[in-house]
Amino acid sequence: MTNESELRAAVASGVVGSTESFRALLGAIVQVARAIFGAKASSILLLDEEADELVFEAVVGEGEESLLGMRFPADHGIAGWVLATRTPLVIEDVRTDPRFASDVAEGTGYVPSGLMAAPLLHDEEILGVLEVLDRPEQSHFSLQEMDLLGLFANQAAIAVDLLQRARKAERILEDEGDLAVVARLAAAVDGLEDERRAAGLRLLQNLAATLGRSSAG
Amino acid sequence: MDDVVGHAGETLPAWSLPKDEVERISLPMEWPERVTREWAWGDSTGEGVRVCILDSGVEAGHPSVGALESAVTITVGEDEEAVVTEDTEGDVSGHGTACAGIVRAIAPECRISSVRVLGQGFKGSGNVLLAGLRHAVEQGFDLINMSLSTTKKPFAAILHELADSAYFRRTVLVASAHNMPVESYPWKFSSVISVGSHEETDPLAFFYNPSPPVEFFARGVNVDVAWSGGRSLTVSGNSFATPHVTAICALILAKHPELTPFQLKNVLYLTATNVGGGK
Repeated sequence: MTNESELRAAVASGVVGSTESFRALLGAIVQVARAIFGAKASSILLLDEEADELVFEAVVGEGEESLLGMRFPADHGIAGWVLATRTPLVIEDVRTDPRFASDVAEGTGYVPSGLMAAPLLHDEEILGVLEVLDRPEQSHFSLQEMDLLGLFANQAAIAVDLLQRARKAERILEDEGDLAVVARLAAAVDGLEDERRAAGLRLLQNLAATLGRSSAG
Repeated sequence: MDDVVGHAGETLPAWSLPKDEVERISLPMEWPERVTREWAWGDSTGEGVRVCILDSGVEAGHPSVGALESAVTITVGEDEEAVVTEDTEGDVSGHGTACAGIVRAIAPECRISSVRVLGQGFKGSGNVLLAGLRHAVEQGFDLINMSLSTTKKPFAAILHELADSAYFRRTVLVASAHNMPVESYPWKFSSVISVGSHEETDPLAFFYNPSPPVEFFARGVNVDVAWSGGRSLTVSGNSFATPHVTAICALILAKHPELTPFQLKNVLYLTATNVGGGK
């Protein structure tokens, strides 16, 4: 049986329509990261633990269209190293060997010359990697930028955690089709206004009371 | 480095010190009135000191790295047992080669070994890291460079135990500090030497931090390093500050092989740029 908190989350996802919102939030984070660093591109890669792969979940700038949804082995290249070691890394002159950014290069033919990558950490879990590609060539990297990268990674990790919870909730509803109706009802009532909303809520409360009695009896 | 005075294994007093044993633990070396860098590592090349790079592997024969004493890769078998095999792949990301190159540049005559704990897939990578560290401690290396950490709490207790056993066996663990607001290990343990980055360009400039847990800062920004494929790159991160301290420790240990990890950390403190080493 689904546990109560998961069911609540599932119902809430019906009301909030959340996965799209959280994906938009991830998109906004990479846009801001790209803008703040004056970079050519920025992306968030999520860890798919079952498949042992990293997936491009949000991409802005170079490779935006072709990289989204692309997967590669989770122990591959710089992102794989950052994932395994939970340690941020900044590399200049990547162009001297395209393998360093093979995750990007294989998808687009675009080889960045510089790359910053930080782990997305939430509690003790590693959720993925934030990458910022090609800062302006004249800018000299400093520890201040490393801290800034860490702050963005922290924000992205929170958004990824929300996204993954929402996805999990959705899966619960899909797996248990009969419960999906609860989320649809919640979404329908939430969409009503004024008297119709009040009436809808009364109806649901009565239904809940009736079902509660019958299950108790 | 294996037969130093006072090495664990000799029957020195362990839990208490009877009166007639005092003479036996007299320290074999004369300490100068002031510990200087010249005393600590002047003319040292790190000769003979055994350094382990616990990382993504090391590219043997890279012009900035040279020959390796040994290279193994760690996997975890079906019964969670560690499987140690000779590493023929080299470096799976370039990072371990970078660390080895930094050590070699400062301590050219130390003996570098690679224990690869990455590149076997993400799954189970925490167990591989533990098995790799355990193997490295058992090998009795003088120094283990750990430019990586884990955030998994269940591993913390085992890592702590390993770090302490290394400390008592005279294997010094030098570990990268985390520059993000998360709990990670093993750098936070007091039995390791933890390293963060400063922005200066002198590879021998390192600072003692009077506000631990990070104990030392070394060069970690815009560092030119060796990378796999015989190449070189400019990189930044605490993981590159760490091998600078590892290498300085190798210089000190080559000249003063009798130092315990506790004494070594003291010498590092006394020769730090902001303590005595800047003069």
